[in-house]
Amino acid sequence: MPQVFPRSANQVVRVSFVLVAVGAAAAGAALWVIDRSPFHTRQGLFVEQSVPFSHDHHTDGLGIDCRYCHTSVETTSFAGIPPTATCMNCHKQIWANTEMLRPVRESWATREPLRWNRVHDLPDFVYFNHSIHVYKGIGCQTCHGAVDAMPLVYQHASLQMRWCLDCHRNPENYVRPREEVFNMDWSPASVGTTQRELGPSLVAEYAIESLDNCSVCHR
Amino acid sequence: MNGNGGSLDPGERATMDQPSIEGEILSDRPRATEDRGHQRPAPRTTLRVVGEERVAAGAPVVWRSLDELADTPGFRERVVREFPRWAPAEWSPPESNPAESNPAESNNDAPDDAGRRDFLKLAGASISLAGLAACTRQPTELIVPYVEQPPELVPGKPLYYATAMTIGGYATGLLAESHMGRPTKLTGNPRHPASLGGTSALHQAATLGLYDPDRSSSISRRGRILPWEAFVAEMAPVLQAFEALGGDGLRILSGTVASPSFEAMMAEVRQRFPRAVWVQYEPINEDVPRRAARRAGLGDASVRYDLARAQVVVALESDFLASGPGHLRYARDFSRRKRVRDASVEPTRFYAFECAPSPTGTLADHRAPVSPSELEVVAQALLDGLGGGAPRQDLPDWLGAMVSTVVDDLRAQAGQAVVIAGDQAPEEVHVLALRLNQALGAIGSTVLVGRPQIAAPAGQEAAFAELVREMAAGQVDALFVLGANPVYEAPGDLDFAGALAKVDLSVHLGLYLDETGDLCDWHLPQAHFLESWGDARSFDGTLTVIQPLILPLYQGKTDLQLLSALAGRERSDHEIVRAVWERGMLQGVNGDSESAWRRVLHDGFWSPPDASSSLYDGGAVAEPAPPAIELLATPPAPGDAAPAAAGAGAGAGAGASELELALRPDPSLYDGRFANNAWLQELPKPITKLTWDQAALVSPRTAERLGVNNTQVVRLSVGRRSLEAPVWINPGQADGVIVLPLGYGRGRAGKVGNGIGSNALALRSSGDGWNLRAKVAVTSRTYPLSSTQQHFDIEIQAEQAAARHLVQHGTWERFRTEPDFAKRHAEHVPVAPLIPDWPYEGYAWGLSIDLSVCTGCNACIVSCQAENNIPVVGKEQVGRGREMHWLRIDRYYEGELDRPSIHHQPVMCQHCELAPCEVVCPVGATVHGDEGLNEMVYNRCVGTRYCSNNCPYKVRRFNFLRFNDARTPVLEMLRNPDVTVRSRGVMEKCTYCVQRINWARIEAKRENRRIRDGEVKTACQEACPTEAIVFGDVNDPQSEVTRWKALPLDYVLLPEVATKPRTTYLAKVTHPHPSLALAGPAGHGSAGSAHEAQIGQVETR
Repeated sequence: MPQVFPRSANQVVRVSFVLVAVGAAAAGAALWVIDRSPFHTRQGLFVEQSVPFSHDHHTDGLGIDCRYCHTSVETTSFAGIPPTATCMNCHKQIWANTEMLRPVRESWATREPLRWNRVHDLPDFVYFNHSIHVYKGIGCQTCHGAVDAMPLVYQHASLQMRWCLDCHRNPENYVRPREEVFNMDWSPASVGTTQRELGPSLVAEYAIESLDNCSVCHR
Repeated sequence: MNGNGGSLDPGERATMDQPSIEGEILSDRPRATEDRGHQRPAPRTTLRVVGEERVAAGAPVVWRSLDELADTPGFRERVVREFPRWAPAEWSPPESNPAESNPAESNNDAPDDAGRRDFLKLAGASISLAGLAACTRQPTELIVPYVEQPPELVPGKPLYYATAMTIGGYATGLLAESHMGRPTKLTGNPRHPASLGGTSALHQAATLGLYDPDRSSSISRRGRILPWEAFVAEMAPVLQAFEALGGDGLRILSGTVASPSFEAMMAEVRQRFPRAVWVQYEPINEDVPRRAARRAGLGDASVRYDLARAQVVVALESDFLASGPGHLRYARDFSRRKRVRDASVEPTRFYAFECAPSPTGTLADHRAPVSPSELEVVAQALLDGLGGGAPRQDLPDWLGAMVSTVVDDLRAQAGQAVVIAGDQAPEEVHVLALRLNQALGAIGSTVLVGRPQIAAPAGQEAAFAELVREMAAGQVDALFVLGANPVYEAPGDLDFAGALAKVDLSVHLGLYLDETGDLCDWHLPQAHFLESWGDARSFDGTLTVIQPLILPLYQGKTDLQLLSALAGRERSDHEIVRAVWERGMLQGVNGDSESAWRRVLHDGFWSPPDASSSLYDGGAVAEPAPPAIELLATPPAPGDAAPAAAGAGAGAGAGASELELALRPDPSLYDGRFANNAWLQELPKPITKLTWDQAALVSPRTAERLGVNNTQVVRLSVGRRSLEAPVWINPGQADGVIVLPLGYGRGRAGKVGNGIGSNALALRSSGDGWNLRAKVAVTSRTYPLSSTQQHFDIEIQAEQAAARHLVQHGTWERFRTEPDFAKRHAEHVPVAPLIPDWPYEGYAWGLSIDLSVCTGCNACIVSCQAENNIPVVGKEQVGRGREMHWLRIDRYYEGELDRPSIHHQPVMCQHCELAPCEVVCPVGATVHGDEGLNEMVYNRCVGTRYCSNNCPYKVRRFNFLRFNDARTPVLEMLRNPDVTVRSRGVMEKCTYCVQRINWARIEAKRENRRIRDGEVKTACQEACPTEAIVFGDVNDPQSEVTRWKALPLDYVLLPEVATKPRTTYLAKVTHPHPSLALAGPAGHGSAGSAHEAQIGQVETR
């Protein structure tokens, strides 16, 4: 009976072993990369909004404090998105007729709320509380990046759990004085010190606990 | 009868080991029809006899089901395997579903097996698809801010408002939690004098009622949807015509009303239509106690009790701790005197005479199952005894002994004693109870007689019958039904539906397009109480405000609005209530009435500035006790026939097929109005643990006499009306009585409640009372029932059972000499765990449950369900043991079959410090927190169920299917946003309400302090009417939970597995009367002494 497979077929088998191994590794690597890529995390991607609100202009340019709009950031879990009324406080008078602000005026006139696309979206099984982070001296800029320099807001950090834990396990690397939390320009260097010197003393002073029990965020 | 067990000869004893016994009279398994021809002849080889055998033989006498008592193979199977072998049955057609049959049987049933190949196919498909399903990105979410944000509303922070719910007209003060305008959770209002913060399961389930997708959502005329304006426009000429007639032929029918605003609106309506008639009717009404009060010479009076002063309580067919208008306050007062903290304060002694075990009766130190007719004899005997008469001879020995003991005790504690007759007790018993209280000098101290709180306290049923008669005679031209459902609720002798057809114009205002709405010309959706302004009095007269939490979801109208439209000047419900209060209650307050009104809204009730702080002063006139009660008078004529029947009930038994029939409100569905509430339908009933169904409850002995088995259908006939119901054998029930719950047989309740059971109200005639006589015919059919009584059963090795049982209890006498009796069972615990001790330095959360005051009322279960987004699973899945309740209440019987003691034990995750579940999870989805919480991480869980297998307490629940309804939009509003909604394939369990702990921790940290004791209350703790649960930091020496755990009564479950649970229990302390406690091993309520004997045996070994 003649051989079904020629001798060279052995080579094909050997190569296919290698290819399977390489393929599996490549697939693993691809998953690893995709998991960390902005495609998955949306890190660094601008999000279009119906009103092209510029934090750059309002914060850096006009010097409005974060808390003028994000009113509940110190008191509860959600920082708060301003109601149309907050926009209209100023825009009744200034830029009252621009095309760009038409949706805001329409919302005010029709009492239909504005709709914003969410930029920082944690999974539904994660419970984050702004107020305690602010109280313990974590600056806005630490997580949200240089929002004051963003014409349109994008997600600065990956918001993955490893990123959360990085700070929860080593808060001394990120904590800043409470009074500087809303200061977008603050850095240890700006007050002539280093995070390495300042961090541990603030952690002690603010009694930061480095909570990393699962139920702190998942429940 | 007590001697039976001991007198069996050894030959009969041998039969108890035969596995075939389980097919006999009492097991779960339906008897095969062909067996009927050649039933085993010897009636003594029944489970009852077996049970008595075991009691006599010193076997463990604590049991949860009849199968356990007889130790059937089916029971063994359930104990060894957490889930009986039913998993493959899911894929087989429903008709061959063996969920209700015996698990041992299902092993043989070939059709259940989907086959190895099918299994492999599905497994392969699910593995490959699981990878694909993971490749999703989160969809972009929108943030929709306000246009103008209300100043008090902070997104992320719930707001709490005081409001109230009425049941039977009476208000219960509640606090509603509102997340961004959505009410999600109700808790009791701790300041409200009528409840002091307690709630019942019915209150806890009200949020689901609000978001019920089956609620009626549009105004319709004979099925055609129309706007409110069309209704008003059509009514205008009609009402003008009635005005010209002075309201002749106009009738208004409502439920029981105790609302000043409703009464005020009704007064306006009557001003316009002087001859219009307002009828109040609810099936569960107060006609019987009211008639009794009049007969006793009290006139139009209502009776309340001050249990804070009662040292001896005697309940006559009364479930005063778990149902009725005042039960929440009674539960608080009673439990505070019943619980045991130290040996210096003697707890209340409580005697219960009732036909079937009620939650209240299970707390009794002596509980006597007596039929309603026998109860009249007992009450008369008590009265005779107090008057110095000779003890009656016609009572059985045990009952006679108990009656004379009660008499002695009452006499000894006169002034601190109270006799409570339940709303469903016969009228004669109410009269006798009033005479007893008069004889005890209780009136004015423990018994308070006052003006009734409801608007028209005169006989509701007579008025309703008159209305139906007029309707049938064509004398009613227009009928407005406000929030009632008379087509379903009418007594069986009144053909309301037929009479309704003769009414020219009928208008129905109701939450649902129900049986009545269906037959009326107009149907208007009613606003739920969480959508309404209103007010109502509580049972003690406290004026309580109903405040809306949300705008009506479906443009519902309140009864006040409809009445204002009838009165000719349509107003909003807020306007009406505000105006009524302005004219009434707020008249003459110091300062401006607006701030007084604000105060009322804040507190939820009206506390007049000049009122004393006394409990019963809020609006009611506590009249001095009228002296008119004639002591020791012979019972008037109407009840004369009863004692004869009673003798029969107590002794040899009535005619072969005629039994007493006791109709009782269902503990979950009440009178049927909650039939479409799935939380309540799935709630295991406090005693039988049945879910989703109605059953005719009979005692073991009666079942034996009738030759019926569990799930066998019987036909009950009263006169010419009859219905069918499956039988459920209820140990501890009086012989010769069938107890049938109301609330079933709804035809138009909604998707959840339709077509379950039969309407027991149809057996009644108007004026009948609640205790009838019925002919019983046994059919050969069976109907599957889902009871959870054997689910999550925990095996205790037989020889240790008595000493190490999960329920520990003892008597007050024993507590005084040996306070740590419950700890004894932990003596031989291995002390070298594999995992080293972890120092808990910060908070260490712990929970303690006082078994002395747990009535098993289920409020905690529903509260947990509402707080933690726990789904319902449906009857069929319950039958498979897949109910999701994180908290279950295990009910144990102890002692002999006919008169067992009953204990309740709430069991949830014990939060073991050395948790067996944690070490077996392959993906780290259940881990230990450094505050001692056993944490469950849903997003890590892959559903291996190893943790559940390894849990000795069987408290983990697995989402076998996608039980949470994610498709119905309105149900999204119900969810607690602070708790993850779990999907299929995820394990879950009690978290100690970790969301509340986290909230409190953040609040405390922002204020630079520790969490205060009592700041974190778990949902179960908050709901408990008897304050049986306390939660807190066990590292804090001052905390309440630490104090509880330091009591000698504290013990842990299964100490031999050395898990170091954070949940511990306070042993139940009963307070039997010394003379009855010594009455012998089978003496009812003498469980403590029997139990002591058991422990003694173990120790001498």
